[in-house]
Amino acid sequence: MTLCFIVLLIAPLVVVVGALLIRRPRFAEYLNLLASVVAFLAATSLLFIIRTPIFFWHNYLFVDTLGCWVALCTAVVYLLASIYAVGYMRLLAQDKHLPGFYALFAGFAWTMLLAVFVNNIGMFWIAIELTTLVSTFLVGFERAAESIEAAWKYIIVVSAGITLALLGTVLLYWGGSLILGPSYDMTWQVLRDVAPHMNPVLLKLGFLLVLAGYGTKVGLAPMHTWLPDAHSEGPTPVSAMLSGALLNTAMLGIVRFLAIVDAASIGSLPHTALVVLGIFSVFIGTLFIVHQEGIKRLMAYSSVEHMGILALGFGFGGVLGIAGALYHMLNHSLNKSLMFFGAGNSMRRYGTKEMPALRRVLHEFPVSGLLWLAGAVAITGAPPFGLFLSEFSILRAGFSGSNLWAAIVMLVLLIIIFIGFLRHFGAMYFGRRPEGTPQGAIVSAWCVVPMWLALIPLLIMGLWWPDGLMRIFDGIAHQLIGPTL
Amino acid sequence: MLAAHLDPLAASIFSLIAIASMLLSFVMLGSRWLKDYMYAFGAQSWLIALLSALVGYYGHYPELYFIAILTILFRGLFLPYLVLRILRRLHVKRELHLVLQPSTSLILGAICVVFSLVVAFRISTAIGFPENIVVLALTVMFTMKLVGFLILSVRHEAVSHILGLMLLENGIFLGSQILIPGMPLLIELVVLFDLLVAVACFGVLVRYLLARVGSTSSLELKRLIG
Repeated sequence: MTLCFIVLLIAPLVVVVGALLIRRPRFAEYLNLLASVVAFLAATSLLFIIRTPIFFWHNYLFVDTLGCWVALCTAVVYLLASIYAVGYMRLLAQDKHLPGFYALFAGFAWTMLLAVFVNNIGMFWIAIELTTLVSTFLVGFERAAESIEAAWKYIIVVSAGITLALLGTVLLYWGGSLILGPSYDMTWQVLRDVAPHMNPVLLKLGFLLVLAGYGTKVGLAPMHTWLPDAHSEGPTPVSAMLSGALLNTAMLGIVRFLAIVDAASIGSLPHTALVVLGIFSVFIGTLFIVHQEGIKRLMAYSSVEHMGILALGFGFGGVLGIAGALYHMLNHSLNKSLMFFGAGNSMRRYGTKEMPALRRVLHEFPVSGLLWLAGAVAITGAPPFGLFLSEFSILRAGFSGSNLWAAIVMLVLLIIIFIGFLRHFGAMYFGRRPEGTPQGAIVSAWCVVPMWLALIPLLIMGLWWPDGLMRIFDGIAHQLIGPTL
Repeated sequence: MLAAHLDPLAASIFSLIAIASMLLSFVMLGSRWLKDYMYAFGAQSWLIALLSALVGYYGHYPELYFIAILTILFRGLFLPYLVLRILRRLHVKRELHLVLQPSTSLILGAICVVFSLVVAFRISTAIGFPENIVVLALTVMFTMKLVGFLILSVRHEAVSHILGLMLLENGIFLGSQILIPGMPLLIELVVLFDLLVAVACFGVLVRYLLARVGSTSSLELKRLIG
């Protein structure tokens, strides 16, 4: 138990130190791969042996089921992206910078794994800010003018947005200090216990500020402006990590704060705010997915859409909504990694990010092309893949709750996304053949294996919602909603 | 809460410092010279350090002296030094393309103050602490936040953006010293440290911006759209 936790947090740190000390590209590569496997195994076993929350380091860190679940999503993406990175980063022919890259890469994974276990609202803010600082350099890694532009926008927009979360945190702490006295432990549980006695005005204002702040990091529209740039300009393994892991981590903060305000029963405002932001994100995602030319930007806007769906799931609430949203987290992590890997492969082969130039993909990638196409079907929420089940339960939660309009709008937008997304893929797979053959590099097996590893669980989870998972979700939902319901 | 039973002298000194810091953020807003931004920010940080020390003295929080020293070192000396170094390297002395004339942005800033005052007043009445110092602390906190966002949106130089961000955090720092001086020490220390790391990152990025994009104005950042 404790061992698993320590191993999970130490493994990426070993890579950071190892890659920086022994500056050999191949060594860094395999060390990172090994660490990601270890982290994945540790996160999985942690999820299944955890019963009650356990506290570490003077209550600053704690392990609960919700944290473990998000850590598992992060570890899955870290593992897939590390396998992919071995093949992909070699193609960039920047061996000189590879040790630094892997040090940053593992450091990024470490900050995310740390953030999910932080038990203190102030420390959580710092951990989220740390993820930004580390990942900025990963986004700007290729040092083209576009990457630097994306990195700059990323750090400015996200840091500015996240100060709102700090303001909200300060206001919530202040609200608590009026009851508990000037100094107390600002843990999630303490705030949650004190919330019913807190002044509702402060509580609402604090929550809305926190929502806007961490919402920026999650990429909820209209604070999503950094997301398409950062996700499309970083190296592909980094895009997968940003999309599949980082956004979930920030969403975890919103969920924990939502549980705090829920404990105070101050009406439906927090849930409505989350639902409105969610719908707006799905809407913005739809608009930009339909009219998109860049393949990685297409995936990035799809992330905005899926974060909107997550927000809707948690906003609708109830056991069904929360379970659906949690299931959606893992499904989205797997699926978005798969999509970015496919995009990276074809980018390397065709030498461009523009979709009109990517034609006859199956001709170039007979096997991985099929995997990518299946992934595209999955990400639009079509059966028989996991996202269908999770989106379906979120919709069911919406139809049975008080936000019926949101569920209907979501359904309509999802249908538009289905058509728009698959139209792009139809053109790429069956469109007119371009002049000449693509000249880029052919990717190695390292870049195809993680696509299999992502698609197979996705298919299994679409056909069968494991009983064990349902029990875990049920536990988390009851922990979030509290004993009042 | 400390602010609820302060002696009048302390309350007026706190108010003076808060108002002076707010005015300094207007200096940042109204000037187009990058060095002015930097000096105003530096002065503001010194004022906030003074405030920490005074709060520590009146509220008997000895650890706040430590915070005050660190604030002076990090925000009052080291940050301005870093920014000065960046400025010297960039050969940019002032904002070249203004979206808004300084006078217009000052008026917008004044509107921000009025808005913050109304919000602060509403909050302090709602929680039953209508003391002047509470209202003032909230007003200054919100104002500096809004002015910081204003600077971020109407200024284009990379350095202005960095200082705008720092202003956002300064506002929160100032407000939290008065409202919640007992906020766990560790948090404040780490926030200070975090800031330092952030600025180091900015330094590196600004260098890349100059090398790759050829300018440090965000007006040139328009390759990624749609």
